[in-house]
Amino acid sequence: MDFQVVVLAGGVSKKLLPLVSKELPKALLPVANRPVLSYVVELLELSNLKDLIVVVEGEDAALNVGAWISGAYADRLHVEVAAVPEDVGTAGAIRAIARHLYAKDILVVSGDLVSDVPIGAVAATHRRHDAVVTALLCNAPISGPLESVSSGGKDKTKKPGRYDLIGLDPTKQFLLHIATGAEVEKDLRIQKSILRAVGQIEIRADLMDAHLYAFKRSVLLEVLEQKGAFNSLKHDVLPYLVRSQLKSEVLLNGIPQAEENGSEKVISQSNQQMLSQILANASEPTFHLRHTLNTNGSDSVRRTHKCCVYIAGSSKYCARLNSIQAYNDINRDVIGEASHLSGYSFSAHNNIIHPTAELGAKTTVGPHCMLGEGSQMGDKCSVKRSVIGRHCRIGANVKVVNSVVMNHVTIGDCCSIQGSVICSNVQLQERAILKDCQVGAGFVVTAGSECKGEVLAKKWN
Amino acid sequence: MDARRAPRAVIDPKVRKVGFFAPPDPIPLNISPSVNSLSPVMIPPPRHSSENLNINTRYSVTSPSGEESIAISSSSSELFPPPISPAPSSRIVAGDGGGIAASSFPRGGFDVTAVKASIGVPVCKLTTVSVVNADSLAIDEREKADKGGGSAMEVKDQAMNSKQKKEKSSKAERRDLQEAQRAAKAAVKAEGNKPSGSVTSVNLKSAKAAKPPQKVDNTSIAASEKKGGDRPSEKDRKKDVPHPRLQYDDKSRVEKAKRRAVVNQTEARNRVELFRHLPQYEHGSQLPDLEAKFFQIDPVHPSVYKVGLQYLSGDISGGNARCIAMLQAFQDAIKDYAVPPEKTLVRDLTAKISSYVSFLIECRPLSISMGNAIRFLKSRITKLPPTLSESESKTSLQSDIEHFINEKIILANKVIVNHAVTKIRDGDVLLTYGSSSAVEMILLHAHELGKQFRVVVVDSRPRLQGKVLLRRLVEKGLSCTYTHVNAVSYIMHEVTRVFLGASSVLSNGTVYSGVGTACVAMVAHVYHVPVIVCCEAYKFHERVQLDSICSNELGDPDVISKVPGREDVNLLDAWANTENLQLLNLMYDATPSDYVSMIVTDYGMIPPTSVPVVVREYSREQVWM
Repeated sequence: MDFQVVVLAGGVSKKLLPLVSKELPKALLPVANRPVLSYVVELLELSNLKDLIVVVEGEDAALNVGAWISGAYADRLHVEVAAVPEDVGTAGAIRAIARHLYAKDILVVSGDLVSDVPIGAVAATHRRHDAVVTALLCNAPISGPLESVSSGGKDKTKKPGRYDLIGLDPTKQFLLHIATGAEVEKDLRIQKSILRAVGQIEIRADLMDAHLYAFKRSVLLEVLEQKGAFNSLKHDVLPYLVRSQLKSEVLLNGIPQAEENGSEKVISQSNQQMLSQILANASEPTFHLRHTLNTNGSDSVRRTHKCCVYIAGSSKYCARLNSIQAYNDINRDVIGEASHLSGYSFSAHNNIIHPTAELGAKTTVGPHCMLGEGSQMGDKCSVKRSVIGRHCRIGANVKVVNSVVMNHVTIGDCCSIQGSVICSNVQLQERAILKDCQVGAGFVVTAGSECKGEVLAKKWN
Repeated sequence: MDARRAPRAVIDPKVRKVGFFAPPDPIPLNISPSVNSLSPVMIPPPRHSSENLNINTRYSVTSPSGEESIAISSSSSELFPPPISPAPSSRIVAGDGGGIAASSFPRGGFDVTAVKASIGVPVCKLTTVSVVNADSLAIDEREKADKGGGSAMEVKDQAMNSKQKKEKSSKAERRDLQEAQRAAKAAVKAEGNKPSGSVTSVNLKSAKAAKPPQKVDNTSIAASEKKGGDRPSEKDRKKDVPHPRLQYDDKSRVEKAKRRAVVNQTEARNRVELFRHLPQYEHGSQLPDLEAKFFQIDPVHPSVYKVGLQYLSGDISGGNARCIAMLQAFQDAIKDYAVPPEKTLVRDLTAKISSYVSFLIECRPLSISMGNAIRFLKSRITKLPPTLSESESKTSLQSDIEHFINEKIILANKVIVNHAVTKIRDGDVLLTYGSSSAVEMILLHAHELGKQFRVVVVDSRPRLQGKVLLRRLVEKGLSCTYTHVNAVSYIMHEVTRVFLGASSVLSNGTVYSGVGTACVAMVAHVYHVPVIVCCEAYKFHERVQLDSICSNELGDPDVISKVPGREDVNLLDAWANTENLQLLNLMYDATPSDYVSMIVTDYGMIPPTSVPVVVREYSREQVWM
């Protein structure tokens, strides 16, 4: 279908410290014991997109990601990994691989997307409208832990997350305005020209830009080349394209068809005109067309381009792993309500316990839990709504609630872990009590310590 | 005449001819006996004598027996497809997938021109970390090639005995096989042996065409029949007879069609009894479903897919626009088409176009004009001289399509405009219904000529196409009146002429057009206002239709229960699923020729009774051009 896929896998995200490190870049962060990148890759594979370019920030991260992909997807997918320097931004990443792009349209996917939205639908919308860019919008996820679990400490994160403010036309097909949550201060500036052309803009705050875009390659590359200062697709390129949609500065390769006319002597110019007119008259004119035609008096033809959206249905799951809170939420959802995403089959108790995992006497593993292979649990433990990775050793009388425990974690007796993320190779000595903490890789929590809402990590040298 | 017609009457019991009888074509008599004796199977289609026929050409095209299949199999043994490497091979570094991750990229020089130096982003290199194993693919391909060759040989073996084994070959191969077999059988004259009956595994439409009961006939069959009750071969008949329409109240057939379907089609509930034979689907679910499958549908060319989406979503409507969009998509598809190994362009491309067409039908039923255009294209493909190379045939087909669009649609419209403008006088009040591209051009042209007239645009729910037309007319400075069809009897008092567009004109003069047209024409007739129908000749069809029930299109029933822009008017929302309410949204109706004063076409202004003449003359020119 003449689409190329670029997965922007990011590097070591600062937002996700201390969970990520050079050894464990963001893309490989385990979600339900699978790297988060695998969700995107498998979503793409499901759509029959087997030719991917994965862009990773930083050489080391790229090595790690590449090694994982080659291990996991050899013979299934044709994946190429490109390493770009850190802090070039998403736009810089595309610039860096620009010469490898040749297809008519480029699908840019963020590597931290966990979703089941059919990607084909976005591409089809893009093609149908012959758009310059099509963005996937989805319902903003509910942040914070479930209501049923009372957790006192996390109230500050429970406030409604500020997501994007998105302006749509009445048919909900075109993107008229986009501002990310951070940019919006008190007032919202909307272009008068667009409002005048469309007549009505619907501003939505309940939608989230899922960072999955279909771009027309020629336009994307042209914009990136002309605007050297553009750093981010989401913050610079997309708003620019949306802003300029009625006074397009990009060269649309669709409009001039003169090269065909040259060879075909039969077609006179008027015929071509009539042809395009018949086609244009065939449908309800969009505001773009009306705007183009409204050139009363002035000679210059107004050029427009279309920025479309595909709004995922409310039944679809869509979330981005871009904060620690999101990491907790996604882990909870993937083994909970969006369990079809995990790719595992759940037991009758609605949980997944690897057959090699060992459970002590009177240990209970509740629903929406996951226990990786080779993990051992002592007696009288209780696990609720948590993910426990591979080869963990958990002592007796340990409580794990609403938490993520990665691989090779040792937890002493009588520990209690709530709402926390424990990274790999962490050692928790006896009677440690953690609540809403993030523990970086290799950290040792001393016996009897009690932490609440803290970030525990080794000092970076 | 009677003696000639007798055998066909047996074969096709449902043929009925109404009103106008086309005289039998004299052309078969022109065909020299030598040509006839060449291939007893095939009755050559009527051609103009000026067209000089290459005997070899004809042979290899029309008789798919022994020789050709041998040629295929021998070539296949030599031409193994080269091992296929995934994607541009220059970029692949790692050997067979499991390779070391970031092995360095051999190409040293960075292409700095692609990136501005000031940005400071180095051009990065791609490292292939995972490859779909190339060797296994190539082996698969080779095996397939072997198998393909084998089955082609079998065609030769099986040509004589009429047994067929189920082959695990591809669909196209099976089809080739079947056709070869069918032709061979006809050659042996296995009388009374229905060839299509023996084949069970074939799910192509063509197989269905061979089934006799629902046959609709056309005049060219009569022309190509020979004396002495000689039955035309099965294949020939298949080509000439239009496919029987799928009757959607026929459960088993609908099931079968559904299994093939690309678009997920859920049958609408609560359908009107009288229209059960027409397809009607839940409109809401189709588009999202088709969109979701965007990357899965492999055989459909992207351009065709895009057009299909646009049909389904209603982005393109109107006979001319749909036809042009379809032809342009086919043009793209032909441009990107490459003959697969061991296939002939003529057959494979025809099959390909057929698959595209059936995809488009699933998106929205074809209009008659599109059917004509497809028929034209297919006849051009089959008429391609086999001496042409692949690229030559492709360019010739593309230019054929170009010609069709230019001559049959664009030029035809211009001619129609020039004719019809003579019927507009100063002081006229012209009424038009809906939105017709031809009528619009006429009005605009008349306005440009400085004629003083007024336009009444009559519109109807739910599509409200007239609004779009009205906007364009008003923008151009015409003085207009806009009203809905329920006021037509009131407004007709002041009207002096009615200009109507048409989706098709049938050979009994019936005008098949957007629903409501008949009503407008009848009211005009009562008020003695001349009704002028503007229709390009490529939309004419030899079919005869007396009502708008047997063949029509059903639109989305939901749109008639909703009022656009008025969410508060939702009285029918919950009612749509009740047992005793059935919503009917007809798309077309048939206007009897009595109510049509004149038809303006690219061949001039004709009375409706002359339509069959145009159909006869024109369709010959179109198909045998």
